[in-house]
Amino acid sequence: MNASPSHIEVMRSQLGRARGLGAGGSGVGHWWAERVSAATLLPLSTWFIVQMFRLGGADHAEVVKWGGKPVNATMLAALIITTFYHAQMGLQVIVDDYVHGKAHLPARILVKIGTSLIGLLGVFAIIKLVAAGNSQKS
Amino acid sequence: MQDIRKALYVGSRSDGRLIQRPMSPHLQIYRYRLSMVLSISNRITGVVATGGAALGVLWLSAAAKGPKSFETARKVTGNPLGQLVLIGWLASVVYHTVGGIRHLIWDSGHRYDKTEINKDGPVAVGVTAGVSTVLAAGLLCVAGGRARARAKARKAG
Repeated sequence: MNASPSHIEVMRSQLGRARGLGAGGSGVGHWWAERVSAATLLPLSTWFIVQMFRLGGADHAEVVKWGGKPVNATMLAALIITTFYHAQMGLQVIVDDYVHGKAHLPARILVKIGTSLIGLLGVFAIIKLVAAGNSQKS
Repeated sequence: MQDIRKALYVGSRSDGRLIQRPMSPHLQIYRYRLSMVLSISNRITGVVATGGAALGVLWLSAAAKGPKSFETARKVTGNPLGQLVLIGWLASVVYHTVGGIRHLIWDSGHRYDKTEINKDGPVAVGVTAGVSTVLAAGLLCVAGGRARARAKARKAG
């Protein structure tokens, strides 16, 4: 039997090659999304740290006024959504690496639910701050 | 066969010949390197940063709920133990950012040689320590100053 150099390629179906998906059933989408969200978080977190210098030690009225401004609310919502999106993907990789067997699927679902709920709580808190800012003005 | 575990490492080659599959060396076998600490630290700080972000969302929802809830949150952010947690969050975010930037550089195909990685490791530690210290000191000064000014105004008024 002659070992042909294309042996490895024959083991994989041509359809599989064309799709470019590995054994995990998904391609490089997760990897890319993790990088893009990481790069997005750089300016957003820098903005947040600057805001914390403005808000450090502030009282309730000041925080409500700050959070009610449209630009602040937009940046804050973008920061929270991107943060928990990025966290979801990062924690998923950790679960994939360290949690095996029957616990794997529940752990993965738990990560999805947990990060989504905390992110949603943040978004609704912002919506309420914006609404409160409006009612104070009128 | 000296090690009974090796019985589990029997595999067969594509031509059917039985071989012993290689066993990957365990963590304790390797000599200590800074890069292995920095690597796992990136994961750990990522988890800590997520926890801190969750606390940040709780702070925001306390502000949205009303002055009473916000006062409760201020009891945490105003007390030294709470501030230690906040500094831990800040340092984790800073290190995870530095580590993340290094990953983005590696992904673009740069600084990925062994010598370069070993050279950049201590720089990453230094940048993290410096930036975290400056930010933490600055934020504590600003917050403390504002709290004192308010207390003074309350006394005067």
